[in-house]
Amino acid sequence: MAAASCGREQGASMAALARLQERLEGLREEYFLTNRAIDEDRKRKYKAAVKIQRWFRACRVQVCLRHLTKMVILIQKWWRGYLRRKHFREIVERAYFIKKLKFYNEMAVRIQKTWRGYYVRKYIHNFYALKKYLKAVSMNNEFVRHELQEYTEMKENEEKMKDLEKKDKEKKYQARKMHYLLSTKQIPGIYNSPLRKSPDPMELLLQKSKPLTHRKQPVKSPFADELYGWPTCKEPPAFVTSLPLLHADRRKPQGPFRDPAEVLRQRYKPLEPTLRARESMYSAPGKAREPTRREEWRNPIHDNEFLPFSSYHKNYEKYEPSLFKSDKYGQEAYGTKYFREVYPKKWIADKDFETLFPSIALFEKFGKTYSSTGQIV
Amino acid sequence: MSQRQVLQVFEQYQRARSQFAQAVADFAARPQSIDTLRSAGVVCLLRPLLLDVVPSIRQTAALALGRLADYDVELAEAVVKAGILPQLICSLPEENRYYKKAAAFVLRAIAKHSPQLAQAIVQSGALGMLVICLEDFDPGVKEGASWAFGYIARHNPELSQAVVDAGAVPLLVLCIQEPEIALKRIAASTLSDISKHSPELAQTVVAAGAIAYLAQMIPNPDAKLKRQVLSALSQIAKHSVDLAELVVEAEIFPVVLTCLKDSDEYVKKNGATLIREIAKHTPELSQLIVNSGGVAAVIDCIGSCRGTVRLPGIMTLGYVAAHSENLSMAVIVSKGIPPLCVCLIEEHEDHIKAAAAWALGQIGRHTAEHARHVAVANVLPTLLDIFVDTCSSEDLKVKAKKALKNILQKCTYLPALEPLLHEAPPSIMKYIIGQYSKGPFPESFLLSYPAWKSQCGGGRQGKGHILSPC
Repeated sequence: MAAASCGREQGASMAALARLQERLEGLREEYFLTNRAIDEDRKRKYKAAVKIQRWFRACRVQVCLRHLTKMVILIQKWWRGYLRRKHFREIVERAYFIKKLKFYNEMAVRIQKTWRGYYVRKYIHNFYALKKYLKAVSMNNEFVRHELQEYTEMKENEEKMKDLEKKDKEKKYQARKMHYLLSTKQIPGIYNSPLRKSPDPMELLLQKSKPLTHRKQPVKSPFADELYGWPTCKEPPAFVTSLPLLHADRRKPQGPFRDPAEVLRQRYKPLEPTLRARESMYSAPGKAREPTRREEWRNPIHDNEFLPFSSYHKNYEKYEPSLFKSDKYGQEAYGTKYFREVYPKKWIADKDFETLFPSIALFEKFGKTYSSTGQIV
Repeated sequence: MSQRQVLQVFEQYQRARSQFAQAVADFAARPQSIDTLRSAGVVCLLRPLLLDVVPSIRQTAALALGRLADYDVELAEAVVKAGILPQLICSLPEENRYYKKAAAFVLRAIAKHSPQLAQAIVQSGALGMLVICLEDFDPGVKEGASWAFGYIARHNPELSQAVVDAGAVPLLVLCIQEPEIALKRIAASTLSDISKHSPELAQTVVAAGAIAYLAQMIPNPDAKLKRQVLSALSQIAKHSVDLAELVVEAEIFPVVLTCLKDSDEYVKKNGATLIREIAKHTPELSQLIVNSGGVAAVIDCIGSCRGTVRLPGIMTLGYVAAHSENLSMAVIVSKGIPPLCVCLIEEHEDHIKAAAAWALGQIGRHTAEHARHVAVANVLPTLLDIFVDTCSSEDLKVKAKKALKNILQKCTYLPALEPLLHEAPPSIMKYIIGQYSKGPFPESFLLSYPAWKSQCGGGRQGKGHILSPC
């Protein structure tokens, strides 16, 4: 049975083998074709496998990365939020500070504006003071004009008076010259015409005037003319032949000297002593006065001298002047009356040094009462 | 007998000499005979007579030479060339006063013509001799010597310095104190000529103490003396602020204002010159003049004079107004603008018109208020006419244009600008239109309400200050 089966098997297998051998060429071709197909497929399948694997690995990695990014984002979000909130507080504080500063500046500007306006209007461009000044100037001008007007009028009056006087003098001189034209009892003069009701004023003037005396003609030397022209020349030059003699009475010396007679009188004035001094000590009345003097010395009521006023002894102090300060002629005032020597020649300027107008103290603190911008107090 | 004959010959000769000298002196006094004298060679003939034995012949010869030199430059040069000067001055100290006077006359006659002749006189050593003459007791000699010094010092600073170096200034100051009026006049004029050149010379004159004496002489009634004294003070004051302050400290105000009312024209002119020289330095000095009423006196003086005499007064107003707006307002308040307008219109001389235009420009250029006062006085059309006029000189046109420009730039009073619109040339028109373009001014509205005008006269000025564009 085994043999049979083996035979059957061998027969089957031989049949199979024959079938197989039939198919062998085809098998070879099939095998080749299938291998080729498998080879060709292999690349495609390989690529597909790579693709799948790649995709899968990518998914895994991506999941990983996504997770990581989510974590990172979370961390960063919280961190940045924290930082910004911190900075925001600083920004808010700064903005608040700036706002305060601006407000203070505004207020300071307002104060300074009103102060400066006030100051300028009151002291520098004081409108009302200027108006008052201009009014004062115009009043002063009126006054000056008035005074000058009076002055000119006075001058004109003086001139007129001078003119009148001159004319008067002229008339009087003419009258004196023509005194002979006065009318006599027999013959009426020129100015006393019978046809007139009253005599001419010239006639009256002639009546009052005294005739001129004869004047000696001055001897005119030939050299006199040209030198008379000079305003201060008094005498013409003389033909000098000998030295000029001194006058018998010497003229007074030029200068502020007193009259010599007066001086001599003063110098040789006799002595006029008093009655008491005139008598000598040893004469009779002199000797008579001696006992009264002695008695006075003996019988005083007080021993102390009579003080001029009640508090005299309090203020009276014995003062001995120091040797350094006493002069021949008394005490020097240095040390008591004044203590400082002045040397005007050493002074640089004639006037004292002038003080400047003191600056306004408040504005020197500008920029120092609060800190400057940007730095927090 | 023969002795007498000999003496007679000498006497004849002496008489002939003296007659010759006298006759030449007489002829030299007449201008028509001088040419004949010159051609006859009179200078050489007179030269030995200067050294004559007889003093009167010397004097007459010197007098004749003086008259000849006085007449003409050439004769003066001939006198110098003939070597007269050393002989004239060699024996001067021992001579009598008439000779000294004649010698001083010769020196001054030569010196007055030109600086070169004056230099020749200085080089011949005449200055020392003139100083000796100044120390003489006779006032006529002093007068002659100071006159000669004056003519020498007049020409240029170097000659002035030579006069000062010779030590003349203290003696001149002593001369001023003398009682004779003529001597005072000449001494004051010499001091004026010395101090006019430079500040150092003026300082020398001041150091000799001249200012006090000059100031004391201002009230003197003599007109010519006042002219010279005022001229001397103004020459001193013009150089610097310190000198002007020294002059003011001599208390000349308000006495100087009486000089502005004097009947003599030149006294007024010199008085106005003095005030001008003081006013031009600093605002404080101008303020002093305004406070003492000087501006009113100057304005009256301008109103009463005609011609060149007005010029220093006009310039004084210009200088005072130029310093500050308050002073300018003071000038306006003292009624300064009408006389200046009248000057612009009436005067014929261009330089006076130019000065008046300049002064008006200085008054009106400060603020709108000042420009308004100037414009209301109807000055702008006159200025425009002067500027446009073809026969005005260049200087006058320039000054008129500048004044117009300064006033127009501040003028907000539009009714005064209207008449100018029609005639103005383009260079002026731009300023007028500029003012119009600055917008309607509140003043033009307020002016149409008379009640407003009277009520807020002060307020209007204030508003004008603030709202007008400056």
